[in-house]
Amino acid sequence: MIRTPLRPLARILPARDKGENTTAIERENLRLRHEEMQDQSRQRAESRLLVLGLCFVMAYGVVAARMGLMAVSEPHEPVAAASSSVIAAQRADIVDRNGNLLATNFETHSLYAQPPHMIDPIRAARELADIFPDLEYDKLLRDFTGKRKFLWIKRTLSPEQKQAVFDIGDPGLLFGPREMRLYPNGRLAAHVLGGASFGQEGVSAAEVIGVAGVERQFNGYLTDPDNAGRPLTLSLDLTIQAASEEVLAGGMRLLNAKGATSILMDAHTGEVISVVSLPDFDPNDRPRDLVEGDASDSPLFNRALQGVYELGSTFKIFASAQALELGLVHPDTIVDANGPMRVGGHLIGEFRNKNYGELSVSDVIVRSSNRGTGRLALEIGVTRQKAFLEALGFFDPLPLEVAEARMSHPLLPKRWTDLSTVTISYGHGISTTPMHLAAGYAAIANGGHYVSPTILKQDGPQYGPRVMSERTAAQSRAMLRRVVSDPKGTASFGEVEGYAVAGKTGSADKPKRTGGYYEDKVIATFATLFPVHDPKYVLVVTMDEPSDNSGEKPRRTAGWTAVPVAAEMIRRIAPLLGLRPQVEPAELAGISLIAN
Amino acid sequence: MKPLIYMLTALAVIGLAFWAYRENYATQQALSETRELRRDIARLQTRLGVLRAEWAYLNRPERLRELADLNFETLGLLPLRPDQFGRVDQVAYPPLRRVTITDPVDVSTMEAAEE
Repeated sequence: MIRTPLRPLARILPARDKGENTTAIERENLRLRHEEMQDQSRQRAESRLLVLGLCFVMAYGVVAARMGLMAVSEPHEPVAAASSSVIAAQRADIVDRNGNLLATNFETHSLYAQPPHMIDPIRAARELADIFPDLEYDKLLRDFTGKRKFLWIKRTLSPEQKQAVFDIGDPGLLFGPREMRLYPNGRLAAHVLGGASFGQEGVSAAEVIGVAGVERQFNGYLTDPDNAGRPLTLSLDLTIQAASEEVLAGGMRLLNAKGATSILMDAHTGEVISVVSLPDFDPNDRPRDLVEGDASDSPLFNRALQGVYELGSTFKIFASAQALELGLVHPDTIVDANGPMRVGGHLIGEFRNKNYGELSVSDVIVRSSNRGTGRLALEIGVTRQKAFLEALGFFDPLPLEVAEARMSHPLLPKRWTDLSTVTISYGHGISTTPMHLAAGYAAIANGGHYVSPTILKQDGPQYGPRVMSERTAAQSRAMLRRVVSDPKGTASFGEVEGYAVAGKTGSADKPKRTGGYYEDKVIATFATLFPVHDPKYVLVVTMDEPSDNSGEKPRRTAGWTAVPVAAEMIRRIAPLLGLRPQVEPAELAGISLIAN
Repeated sequence: MKPLIYMLTALAVIGLAFWAYRENYATQQALSETRELRRDIARLQTRLGVLRAEWAYLNRPERLRELADLNFETLGLLPLRPDQFGRVDQVAYPPLRRVTITDPVDVSTMEAAEE
């Protein structure tokens, strides 16, 4: 570039000649030069701004384009990330305490139809009706030839059925994969497992949801992908559950009972080892709920958890235990069981209007005297009795983790009068489930701690708050032992050699729906703990309307019905529990503190 | 000096491009292998689930009880009874094997003493 000089001679010289001021020329040129420089630098700045702007536009454009691409792309799992999680089934398995499978999933197919794609709807309908006897030809034909574009035909198919449908060869019949819940043991522990059915259904998948039992209670746990591959471990023992069901079913048949239930519970951990309720059902093919009539007539009714019954004399031990605990009596204190006894205007009678006269507290339990326990209860009083029974969990629904347990509200008297205190002391006027009773007996068995029953496997004892002293529990156990071992005891059929059974019978007349009690219908209960010198298990057997017709007159008391069944059950399951028969340690004679 | 640097740079770019190209294909290969393995695992797990279910079904107590009843003549299986518990000291030791002595001299130590 040629710079214009500030003082060009060509202009300076003529200007000098004319005598003009040459500085003006210099200034003029300097101004022009500055203007030029200004223009140049503005141009440069403008182009720089333009480039910078372009850069920004491009950068934002890239970001926007990436966002758009991400938004429209199909999501897919990162394949490259090495995940250790296995491809697990939709729903976790349920296993028993030894890992035996109780519920699992099964790959199967559902069948649906798209009538517009059908080639020969008539033939398809006819052949489908041949394969599935429960489908009607007319209805299928109507659906296939009507306006419908889509219909479900079967929720689940067996492989054979699938092949048979496949062989029809109609392109309008289609299969969708389904994961089905399978209970390989059939009826075993049906009430605990409950059952499952399909929730949201789509063509390519369906949600499996639990409808009852632990399936419903633990629906969240079982469907949580975090727990994939980790089964839900129950406290049940498959073998013992099967043996209990067999014995109880046999007993129910022999004694013409309408229903029966048994609960075997670990007295220290609260684990429910087996819980049977008969009649039962197959969870693979769960029957429908009854819409009318008595819910307890349905096989779905879980007598152990939903059956709220007056459990009769089995409650007597709680009255005597509390009297011992409060120091009101000793096991040998004589109690007046003479009649007549009037409380609140009502006569308190004995079984078959017997009169036991004067009995020791121990004998009150052995002979099962209503008046004896009633008099103990009057000494205890309303407030203390309520507090004790509440501590044993008789006032609240069961804490057991089975969906039905939430509905096990015990029935208590609205006004707890002296009469209520007396009747409740022998198990009338209070209705609880057999599981409540088992928890109460567990407290006596384990030395005085409340344990809350649980259906999940535990490690080690789970003692709750103390409800009675070790000494009271031991004295109560000795009384319960005498109920079985004493020839005069009400449960003398309950003796099982080597297992030192202790327990208490209870036979309560069934209440009529219209009020009052049936004469010839009882709930017979036997609550036991064994072996008495080192109690490990609590067993409660309850039979609904049993009747032993082998004698001249039908015998309905627990001593003739629930007790032999329970004894047989202990004989069967105690060896399976790993309990070795033992000689009961003899009572040490004659060492007692007479005076200090 | 400059041309050498240019040449080296160009060579490095070519080399890196080749490496990236190979890595890309190796990754895609690995990914497809992973996919295939996952599919295999899923298939095998389904199969395992079916086998486990079948095992549980075949071992259900009801069936075992029926089998025990059916084969009672050959097996004689009965439910476990309390009196079947034994103690270790009720089990006899296996009988000692007797060494048959044919020639009394064999066991004599007289020869050894003389020597």
